[in-house]
Amino acid sequence: MSADQETIQDVFSSFFTEQTGPESARNSMPLGFDAKAWERLSETGAPGMGVSLPAGGGASLSDLVIVAEEAGAKIAPLPIIDHVVATRILENLDSLEPEVLTGTLLAGLAIRPVENGVAKSVPTGSIANRLIALDEDKLLLINDEPPNKSLPNHGDLPIAHRGINGATVISEGTEATEVFERGLNEWKTLISAFLVGITRSSIEMTVDYVKERHQFGKPIGSFQSIQHGLADLPGLYDGARLLVNKAAWAGDREITGEINLTDNEISDFATLSSMSLIFAGETSLQATDRGLHYHGGYGFSEEYDIQLFYRRARAWSQILNSPSDECLLLADLLLEDNGVK
Amino acid sequence: MDFELSQKAIDFRSQVKKFISENLTSEITLKMHETGTFNDKSFNESLAAEGLLAGAVPGYGDRDPVELYLLFNELEKAGAPYDGLAVTMLVAGVINAVGTEFHREEVLNKLLTGKHNCCLGYSEPDYGSDVASIITKAEKIENRWVINGQKMWTTMAHESDWVLLLTRTNSDVPKHKGMTMFLVPMNTPGIEIQPVATMASERTNATFYDNVEVEDQWRLGEIDDGWSVMGVALALERGVMGGTNPAVPLLKHVLNWAETTPSENKSLMIDNALMRERIARTAIINQVGQLLTLRAAWIAATGGMPGVEGSMAKIYASEEYQKVVGWFQQMAGAEGLLSFGAEDAAASGWIDYDARHAPVTTIYGGTSEINRNNIAERHLGLPRNR
Repeated sequence: MSADQETIQDVFSSFFTEQTGPESARNSMPLGFDAKAWERLSETGAPGMGVSLPAGGGASLSDLVIVAEEAGAKIAPLPIIDHVVATRILENLDSLEPEVLTGTLLAGLAIRPVENGVAKSVPTGSIANRLIALDEDKLLLINDEPPNKSLPNHGDLPIAHRGINGATVISEGTEATEVFERGLNEWKTLISAFLVGITRSSIEMTVDYVKERHQFGKPIGSFQSIQHGLADLPGLYDGARLLVNKAAWAGDREITGEINLTDNEISDFATLSSMSLIFAGETSLQATDRGLHYHGGYGFSEEYDIQLFYRRARAWSQILNSPSDECLLLADLLLEDNGVK
Repeated sequence: MDFELSQKAIDFRSQVKKFISENLTSEITLKMHETGTFNDKSFNESLAAEGLLAGAVPGYGDRDPVELYLLFNELEKAGAPYDGLAVTMLVAGVINAVGTEFHREEVLNKLLTGKHNCCLGYSEPDYGSDVASIITKAEKIENRWVINGQKMWTTMAHESDWVLLLTRTNSDVPKHKGMTMFLVPMNTPGIEIQPVATMASERTNATFYDNVEVEDQWRLGEIDDGWSVMGVALALERGVMGGTNPAVPLLKHVLNWAETTPSENKSLMIDNALMRERIARTAIINQVGQLLTLRAAWIAATGGMPGVEGSMAKIYASEEYQKVVGWFQQMAGAEGLLSFGAEDAAASGWIDYDARHAPVTTIYGGTSEINRNNIAERHLGLPRNR
């Protein structure tokens, strides 16, 4: 990590600790969005940080990964990832409004293609003022009033379906699908980083808990069964973090990467972002699953934070598609370049 | 950590890849599986002649740990015989760190020619993970030591010129403080080697030491300080010298098989959705194994001791390898049980071989449990419970 990146980490770690965190997540239910914290985040300029330097941003994907991990560590109920990815797409297509750049208007991404005129289960669907959606080979900008009411869901996310009536076409043909795909790969990378943050916090809070919770006259963290259940997690966390950072590194490079499945040499962005989402997702499931379990009955109670992390891990790891389907997309990428169909 | 390798490292890797493509013949691989000895002295000698072996000694010369990792990773991916080489170079690294001028001249310089091997004599029949309790005894009589006892899992003893032998020299102090390390020439009278066959093709040994006499100059490190020498060996070994990408060659064999094997409805195994999902998951496991290993090497290259990070890489790679082997063996059905040389064996018998080999990988070089203790205590700060 460069000195600049360490600063980014410090600044955002402090911001999300002070302005968001589990209390903010609880208070923002059932909408799943903390409007006050978003206003403060907008004051820092963060909503526009992902666009190019001349447009007022300059953050690389590797920089944004740091922000996303810190947001995940505090399960911030803020659409920073979707918004930043949307601004990068809109800037590419000369469709970036100043109010979106500043965060006054919220932007998001319909991560799954439109079907029958509806973008379904959009992760920022209930709050986004501007929504980018792919309808066959047309890239649309949905700009009607958001419903401000979320579909009740597992991860307390601002999910809603959105129709495409009145949407403007901002790109068509190959350009539309390519720009969308690039944006979706960035989204996968950043959501993976968010999941890595969830994993990190789950490990930390569970380790703290098992050091304090006493049974049979000892901290439960002194029992080997619990130690070994926890000891598997730091390697998975580090592995996921390395993989996500590698994906961002690949995404920031200007040269085309390599896919060599049989030699285990992979530097292709699309491939690495897909791998990241699958692996960071699974890792977060395991970390929150063990974490909740070692909290005992309290972990299941609403009062404790681990259940918030548990549910968000499941939500973000499968909101795009089922992990098995993501594996099939990944297999297509891996096998195509090896002369296998 | 930098995902872009340095130009020096890239050049080194190209040199290794070229060497492997020119020198690793199918005869070598076949012989290794037929004999169960995953060591080939002429291959090692050629590596030395190419100037690649000195780089394989951790901490020696101008090769850094990233290049050490690259060398063993390439050998592992190619399915080359490197088990004997890894142990030998590990011992070379220990000598380089704590050995005397005599050890360097008599042993290290010879190891660097590729013509000689070393083996490890730590475990005993009754003491494996609890290695600090070993009872093989060394008694000092004037300037000589007399050694009596037995070691288990002395793999490559039958190929070796020396054994790195951990002995009990003091029983009146806490067990960690009463051990001494020796480099014992294998041709010393009183040493007997008995082969131990395993469920995979690889051979290991039990070794017996009956009044084995060596001069004090064969002692490595201080008297009663053998535990520190062990610590040096473990720090050099963990995660960097192979064993963290075992599913890479397996996946290659599985792909060759899946691309030519019929599945349901006249399609091929490679078109089967579950097969494709598992190939994708294996590719992720291989990437993560590589990244965790490279990270451990990176820490070592920048002056750190990647003890905990090595444990993470080792647990992850070995446990996932077992999972992957299980997936593909089951997917291959009856043909996944057929061995090398059998008609219709899935992946020419490689699936059966890997399924036989995988169980040992979470046992040797520190069991998963010992590595989990290491992470729980040293990384998570949980209380020691033994």
